[in-house]
Amino acid sequence: MSAPTENLHSLPGGLRLPANKRLSNATQIIDVPVPTHLVVPLQQHSGETSLATVSVGDAVLHGSVIGEPEGAVGTYVHAPTSGSVISIEARQLPRRGEPHGICVIIESDGHDRRKTSTPPAKDRTALLAAVHAAGIVGLGGAVYPAAQKITQGLLSGIETVILNGVECESYITCDDRLMREQPTAVIRGLETLLDLTDAKRGIIAVESDKPEAWQALRDVGSRDSRVEFVQIPAIYPSGAEDQLIYLVCGQEVPSGGLPGDLGILVQNVGTSAAITALVDSGHPLTSRIVTVTGEGVERPGNYRVRFGTPIADVVAAAGGYNSNAHRLLVGGPMTGFALTDDALPVTKSCNCLLVTGPAVQLSNEPRRECIRCGECAAHCPVRLLPQSLYHYSSRHDHAVLAELGLKDCIECGCCDLVCPSHIPLTQIFRDAKHSVAVDSHAKQRALRAEDRYRAHIARAESRSAVVADAREQKKRAASADAIAAIVQRRRPKQSNDREV
Amino acid sequence: MTSVIALGLLAAAVGIALVFLAWRFPATDEPLVAAINEALPQTQCAQCGFPGCLPYAQAVASGAATIDLCPPGGDATRVKLAALTGDVSVSTDHVGPAPEVLLATIDEDRCIGCALCIPACPVDAIIGAEGFMHTVLTDECTGCELCIAPCPVDCIRLDDPAT
Amino acid sequence: MPLLLSYSVDDPNRVTTVKFEAAITPYLRPSAGVGAVMLQVLYALVPAVLAHCWYFGPGIVINIIVATTAAVATEALILRAKGSEPIPAISDFTAVLTAVLIAFALPPLTPWWITATASVIAIAVAKHLYGGLGKNPFNPAMVGYAAALVSFPVELSAWLPPKMGDLDYTHPSLMQTLRYTLTGDAGVAFDALTRATPLDSVRVAFAESRTMSESAAAPWFGDFAGRGWEWINNYIALGGMWMLFRRIIRWQIPVAVLAGALIPATIASLISPDNFAGPGFHLFAGALMLGAFFIATDPVSGATTPRGRLLYGFGIGVLTWIIRTWGAYPDGVAFAVLLMNMAVPLIDRVSRPRVLGRE
Repeated sequence: MSAPTENLHSLPGGLRLPANKRLSNATQIIDVPVPTHLVVPLQQHSGETSLATVSVGDAVLHGSVIGEPEGAVGTYVHAPTSGSVISIEARQLPRRGEPHGICVIIESDGHDRRKTSTPPAKDRTALLAAVHAAGIVGLGGAVYPAAQKITQGLLSGIETVILNGVECESYITCDDRLMREQPTAVIRGLETLLDLTDAKRGIIAVESDKPEAWQALRDVGSRDSRVEFVQIPAIYPSGAEDQLIYLVCGQEVPSGGLPGDLGILVQNVGTSAAITALVDSGHPLTSRIVTVTGEGVERPGNYRVRFGTPIADVVAAAGGYNSNAHRLLVGGPMTGFALTDDALPVTKSCNCLLVTGPAVQLSNEPRRECIRCGECAAHCPVRLLPQSLYHYSSRHDHAVLAELGLKDCIECGCCDLVCPSHIPLTQIFRDAKHSVAVDSHAKQRALRAEDRYRAHIARAESRSAVVADAREQKKRAASADAIAAIVQRRRPKQSNDREV
Repeated sequence: MTSVIALGLLAAAVGIALVFLAWRFPATDEPLVAAINEALPQTQCAQCGFPGCLPYAQAVASGAATIDLCPPGGDATRVKLAALTGDVSVSTDHVGPAPEVLLATIDEDRCIGCALCIPACPVDAIIGAEGFMHTVLTDECTGCELCIAPCPVDCIRLDDPAT
Repeated sequence: MPLLLSYSVDDPNRVTTVKFEAAITPYLRPSAGVGAVMLQVLYALVPAVLAHCWYFGPGIVINIIVATTAAVATEALILRAKGSEPIPAISDFTAVLTAVLIAFALPPLTPWWITATASVIAIAVAKHLYGGLGKNPFNPAMVGYAAALVSFPVELSAWLPPKMGDLDYTHPSLMQTLRYTLTGDAGVAFDALTRATPLDSVRVAFAESRTMSESAAAPWFGDFAGRGWEWINNYIALGGMWMLFRRIIRWQIPVAVLAGALIPATIASLISPDNFAGPGFHLFAGALMLGAFFIATDPVSGATTPRGRLLYGFGIGVLTWIIRTWGAYPDGVAFAVLLMNMAVPLIDRVSRPRVLGRE
């Protein structure tokens, strides 16, 4: 148990953001009451949408399975309270890309009866199966199913487990509060992960602007000699997975690769606490801590919210909107996105609900031409050249974009903030990535169509060759002798006929 | 005098080198045909008047066809072909949105199982047999419309796959 | 507050759905805009302008006024002709900065039409014919200056001696300066009014087989280079340091320009001190300091990658030294910048940084 803070590597680029954390990190986590109706999406994780295992009219208990995974990547979805399924329908969801998804709508019976559950067995296979069955996903925002991430890592072997308690975005404090209030659960989760993976090192990384959380973790400590505590400087985006690995281990996750390729597993502190809850009681993941903050909320703070609770109910629990409320964001100000409607449900990926005032933001500033000042490149944490990416994005030159590393862009937004011409670079790169994907899909289809056309032509040719061949044989067989024979055969018959 | 000789020698050397290169590496249309073929959408729809995308590519490369005959490729393809061939006769100023890819759908109630559409499909995206109902493989259909004409009961229509 | 409130059916007092403003990320205040950055660069030039006035009289102020008027008017006309609103584009102060840099490059006594021609060429040809802000491959100020230099070589080589008190020379008054600027006639013999620049003097001295130490013994020579000139360059360096401190420019280009000029100058003067001017002279004479901090750092026409900026700056420095040492013109900053501008696309291409996680 040591704090080798001096061995940190330094990230290229990055930004010191206005923290705005004091707004929400001073108060205890409060439970949001169970709403009358919960809209539980069947896809709250990355991967394939789960299949509903309940039908309209079914009664459910808190913790009953309502969705099961289908496809390679997926996980289970559980009812967040007891009640009955009143509908299964597509609803708008707070996420980028496809805005609608199938949801199970549950009417609460007000009793919140839990399905009885028993703690899982301690052996690795049973524990991994339990993590999978409990619907535990990465709670940092990427919501990748935890059991599958661990399994994929096990295939190549995991040397190091990193617990991500960095929380580098402005405003968000849910991990901060969790580490302060439940340090034991966080550390025990890491110990469980170490046992699961046989890793040699377990590192808890906390940003230096969270002294209380750091102290709480250090006070609890760990008897496990593999566990280390590391404090890292408060520079955005050091909490992004690949960036954190570079900071702590000095290793670069290969472009297009996974941390598992380096023998590293990264999990969020919230995920770790969820694993501890599962080990202790067998409870599946049905709620998470959400930071509700911003100038537009009456009582900013952290709230434990059941998945499927409408955002409006969560904000109401936080005292409702005040007269500053102007914009509603899911996630932080850098990587989050604006919602126009607060009837949408909280999902496993909602770490923060940010209600901002009408303050100046990028999209309100006048936009000018790029002056190639290179500030974007100086702040890019993956050493991209956003000015060149911008240039080639506007020319739709996908070949050069690939060469410049468009797909390595982590969409952190640092380049947007430092651009003196106020160009919304990240949004442009998101669009460019989308257009590259559409283009490559069309290319794939075209290649397949070409192959099938070739096969079609080849078959048509071979078929006409077969026909021609048969005709040729027939013709050859019908040589002069044969014709004479036929004539011979028929002639007497004719003469006989005449004779008769 | 020296300069005249020097420049003359230089010109002669370059000339010999060019003749040698032209003889050693004869120019062919092959790479151009391949590049043009790659730029085409491969719908094999024959709307250009050629029996497929490759024949059209060969015609464009040899100068027998203009670059603006590919409806499914739309403006984007035209711009790409103009860049490849250096053809400036066709305007590439206006680049509209890509034409939507439609999918052929067989109305199963009306299909009589005549199998006339099956050989018409250039990418073998229709499956079925005589006397049995046919259907379209949506992943393979290029929306080329070549199956519409042979159908005697007009039971094939083109749909927008998004809806 | 652009909120659309809809009220619950059961309880009309409760707001159930609030519609919010949608916008794209990020939702924090972005950094200062182009206009604010250019304004800071202009502030950084103020000490040098004051020093220039002190040593060479009010000429530079008149030049700045003429150049700025011509540049802004040209930009406004072109933007109007393009059908776009001129005010937002002019308020980015890029045209003003171009004009001020041209005024710095020209002698304090320059007829107004030369200054205006340089400004008009800079804005109309070098900037807007290439597509306007952000699209010009060449540094507009240097294009304007180079055009004026090749068109009016006599007028542009005639500088004033600096006011140092120990020279037998009376400076033209404000009225004389104005009269010359407006009419091209100073009322007295022009040759009597002007002196060669230190760079020119040393070049002529070398041509006449006089050694560097003989030039250094001349009365106009100060500690490293021409008297007065040294001080103006000090104030330019001060402005440059302030810009570095405020992160308006990055260190790579200024350091590389100075290194590119001073390293060969040092080597050459160590080998043959009589036939080559030393690094101190090169640093404090002419426009090297201005070029390093204010001209080569123009973002639009310069390299953008960190390594590329080192290459680009070093090239400017070396070329400046070569042109000064063997070229037909006394100073070489303008031509060096323009030549390196041409190499920028190549430099940017070969100096791409390695993306994290890639080979």
